[in-house]
Amino acid sequence: MKIDDLIKQTSGWLKNIGPNSEIIFSSRVRLARNLEKAVFTNRAKKKQQEQTLELISSAVSSLESIKNKGLFLKILDMSNIDKQFLVERHLISRELAVNTDVKAVAFSVDEIISIMINEEDHMRIQVLQPGFNLDECWRKIDEVETELEKKLDFAFSVKWGYLTACPTNTGTGMRASVMLHLPALVLTKQIDRVIQAILKLGLTVRGLFGEGTEAAGNFFQISNQVSLGRSEEEIIDNIKRIIKQIIEYEQNARQVLLNQNKSSVADQVWRSYGILKNAHIISSSETIELLSNVRLGIDMGLIKQPTRETVNELFILTQPAHLQKLESKELSSRERDVKRAELIRQHITA
Amino acid sequence: MVCQICQKRSATVHLTEIINDQMTELHLCEQCAKEKGIAGLGQPFGLQDLLTGLVDFGTPVESDKKAVMLQCPNCKMNYEDFRKIGRLGCSQCYETFKKSLEPLLKKIHGSVQHLGKAPARGGKVFKTKRELQDLKLKLQKAIEMEEFEEAAKLRDKIKQMEQEDK
Repeated sequence: MKIDDLIKQTSGWLKNIGPNSEIIFSSRVRLARNLEKAVFTNRAKKKQQEQTLELISSAVSSLESIKNKGLFLKILDMSNIDKQFLVERHLISRELAVNTDVKAVAFSVDEIISIMINEEDHMRIQVLQPGFNLDECWRKIDEVETELEKKLDFAFSVKWGYLTACPTNTGTGMRASVMLHLPALVLTKQIDRVIQAILKLGLTVRGLFGEGTEAAGNFFQISNQVSLGRSEEEIIDNIKRIIKQIIEYEQNARQVLLNQNKSSVADQVWRSYGILKNAHIISSSETIELLSNVRLGIDMGLIKQPTRETVNELFILTQPAHLQKLESKELSSRERDVKRAELIRQHITA
Repeated sequence: MVCQICQKRSATVHLTEIINDQMTELHLCEQCAKEKGIAGLGQPFGLQDLLTGLVDFGTPVESDKKAVMLQCPNCKMNYEDFRKIGRLGCSQCYETFKKSLEPLLKKIHGSVQHLGKAPARGGKVFKTKRELQDLKLKLQKAIEMEEFEEAAKLRDKIKQMEQEDK
């Protein structure tokens, strides 16, 4: 597989419909690991980073999921569009894309497993799943990590667990997160209260594209803050309990909207659909807002077409680097807005 | 509060200017502030800033010159560097700055004892430690639930394991 082939396929975590997919977009677990004795990325000289990359590469390349049609890419060799393209597909972090040191990423052909090398930690392993499925994420990532550990000596202390560059990751090195679509809680103005409660419970809330991003399109990413002093299963169980509660709140809010405000919600959904279906110029942020409305309409049974999968896919496909990959050339902002509208019209009427 | 320029996003950048005794206030969202080129923004305020704040805050190290001067023998990082960037230099830093890190980790995580996965290469050592901790947790729960028969069994098992460990 080549990087250019990715645009022709739908990421594995977007393709299938997972549990609670009417509210949960995707689930993700990542583990941070460092090599014993080697200096952490931020302090390592180029030579040391190269050594780390070499050591990890050979272990990663021998993984079944990477060996078998997976992709191994050095960030330095990549164009800016390609880097942004991988960020939009959630395969690499923005941090990995920005710095030009000796960095690399390896991922499986279905884009479920991704391993970043020389990120803030020597290794960041992630597993994505569609819908609400942290258990499957953990099962898979545990397997991958155990496999890697046979070949690599990870920095570990009995007392403090896995040792990471940032003390907020020490211990399990694990961040488990779930992407929720909560339009009804936003519409009924309950979202601030819910977020306050989530923060109090030791979880973090972020936007669609991770750290430092705005909660566009009513998407909220919720993840654990604490990584030390609890087992991985305990951390996951804790998040699951809280997410289940939020799902219930969102369902209730949707019911309230249906009972009390059905016509105004339907109006918003169908107007959004109308614009998406007919627009000839559309910005990325307007797209996300309108797609969010249509998705709510699908999830509440107010609209039958497009399908939820189509809408999910459009969230990613309409991002700037994706549009440029589709056209195989650089596009100005205006050209992107035209191309985006065209792409949406094709997908929505199909 | 809504941003004064775009009238859409909420204002997160608040600027007060005093020119010739005339005070003007400006409330902007981050995006508009960036476009206006208002200085001092740069990176969005993230976890790292919070963490650097945490290191500053209350750790006894501040006054303890010796601890500040400590240098990691492996990566040559000193505590001052860590305070600035919020990232450690290598795994050995944990041992070097143990005294200062312990209260910091406690503040972040509320606990300083790892209970999760452990590498198999360390073999039995990590594994028994973890099993022992699991048993101790179970014992505590059994006592809380007043299941004394179960608790007694667990206690004996813990004792036995601790004996073997020696």
